[in-house]
Amino acid sequence: MKLALGPILYYWPRDTVFSFYRAVAIAPVDIVYLGETVCARRHELDVHDWLDLAHMLEGAGKQVVLSTQPLAESESELEMLGRIVGNGEYPVEANDMGAVQLMGPDASFVAGGGLNVYNADTLACMAGLGASRWVAPVEISRTALAAMQQQRPPGVETEVFVHGRLPLAHSARCFTARRFNLQKEACGYRCLDFPEGLAVRTRELQPFLVLNGLQTQSASVYNLMREIPAMASLGVDVIRMSPPYAYMIRIAEFFKRAISNPADAGSVARELDQLTHLPTCDGYWHGAAGMEQVGVAAEAEATC
Amino acid sequence: MAALARSTQSMDLVCPAGTLPALRAAVDNGADWVYFALHGATHPHGNGGYALSEAEVAAGMRHAHEQGARVLLAADVYPETHSIDDAKRAIDTGASLGADAIELADPGLMRYAARTHPGLPLHLSVRAAATSYHALNFYREQFGVKRAVLPRVLALEQVEHIVANTDVEIEVFGFGTPCIMVEGRCALSSYVAGVSRNTSGVCSPVSAVEWVHAADKLECRLNGMLVDRYYECEKASYPTPCKGRYDVAGQTYYALEEPAGLSAVELRATLARIGVAAIRIEGARRNIAYLSQVTRLWRKAIDGTLTGTPDAQALHELAGPAEQSLGAYSRPWK
Repeated sequence: MKLALGPILYYWPRDTVFSFYRAVAIAPVDIVYLGETVCARRHELDVHDWLDLAHMLEGAGKQVVLSTQPLAESESELEMLGRIVGNGEYPVEANDMGAVQLMGPDASFVAGGGLNVYNADTLACMAGLGASRWVAPVEISRTALAAMQQQRPPGVETEVFVHGRLPLAHSARCFTARRFNLQKEACGYRCLDFPEGLAVRTRELQPFLVLNGLQTQSASVYNLMREIPAMASLGVDVIRMSPPYAYMIRIAEFFKRAISNPADAGSVARELDQLTHLPTCDGYWHGAAGMEQVGVAAEAEATC
Repeated sequence: MAALARSTQSMDLVCPAGTLPALRAAVDNGADWVYFALHGATHPHGNGGYALSEAEVAAGMRHAHEQGARVLLAADVYPETHSIDDAKRAIDTGASLGADAIELADPGLMRYAARTHPGLPLHLSVRAAATSYHALNFYREQFGVKRAVLPRVLALEQVEHIVANTDVEIEVFGFGTPCIMVEGRCALSSYVAGVSRNTSGVCSPVSAVEWVHAADKLECRLNGMLVDRYYECEKASYPTPCKGRYDVAGQTYYALEEPAGLSAVELRATLARIGVAAIRIEGARRNIAYLSQVTRLWRKAIDGTLTGTPDAQALHELAGPAEQSLGAYSRPWK
């Protein structure tokens, strides 16, 4: 089982991004997804910067994949999409069908979570179009994934989102700009001020969501480390952690330990939760509401 | 001139039919198309009661066809592997009953429909979230999609650009309560309440909603989570997670969006001029009186026979209690 690092979902200054990936180069991750996948207005890095990072990470032994912006609208966004798809060096993660349409007939691509591959028929479609890997929707349960795995076309790898705040929704509207009564087109790039997004709490001050520009994330960190043994038995090839602002190397190390010793995944997961001190959830995997924490409760019951 | 009804260049008026009486009301008030879900397979939760049985579909279809209207079976869920056969049966049923088109979002189902019912036109659901002509052309080339409903996130000039760059007929939302999120790209309902809009067709199920009355306030919860709290005189709305008031950095407000209606009636001439093929009215859960009136007024709007102030005022009131907006077509928040 390989460990992947998804694209950075937040908006960080250019220098921060470069130093982050210098750390990634020595972190125990196998696959690195690069690119801006939330807001086309974010411009701290351009295509050349991303390619420079790709070269650096490739030199450090990482498999690099370039991720595309979902739901491209304007001609400039489509042009950017075309440049990424046609980069000629690295495989591409398609996050909407516009990107798939631009792939050449012999392209090998990653069918990203944004493609909504919910069933084996759709997976077969994507494989027929050249997908060599698919990323399951974050909502997927263990049961639904098991059914997909049984009918998975040969030569297609399965990737599951296992750690980080869940990307729950995408909008054309910018909720960060809205918080500051700014128009989207004159947002002042306020996302730069919130390296882990803006916390949304209920009127009872229960942590609920995180605003990240056009994206809405869960406040709780999704953590499926405890499920690594189950994923291994289902033949999951790649697990994805979403880049956190802090502790990236430590979290990757924990995951590598859990992958090497699946029997220890539960105890390593407890160490990880203590490190990050953030509320966690795992409901989707257990077929429950995403925000619920099912695995830990089951573990506690088992040890009582 | 303006009174010429339903010319060849006229846009189609596409109206919801959550029940058989609603279907009849839409047809009788001038809908060119009515769209509905089939109870059962694609809507295991019955769409909150707003889906038709096979017998109702057959009766509704007869009525629609007698009046010269067409029927669109919406099966625009993303079924999981265990339920995809049920969704395929729904497509088969719609085809055998004589649906004029079927509306889908899931590529696996589109492939099935295109192969099994090659004569049945495919419409692309808003939930496919095709925001560019590349995406639309993908669905056309792969599955022969004839018409597509655009996500309600595009500005008017973007709609125009898309129309100019694809052979897929374009349908846009004209009236109703728009989703704030890109449809098909929102997991808020499943995150809070465990019911996925994508896989089940249901957002924020009634069974997870709880209204708690206290002395001076009313709280609404979804699966226990506080979506909003209303004090005297405040109007409560259905607690979908996107429409609540929350605290963000010390300020409590509608963090995602205030409940607001979409009314693009002022744009009707522009939409027709740029080549939009159809206008969709949203609101399968609305009552018959509302649907009848909205359909009748939009029929007049498309035919160019709106009578000015009284009709405009009526539409304004129908657009909802909250602030009226043009939605994404003009982007006040842009």
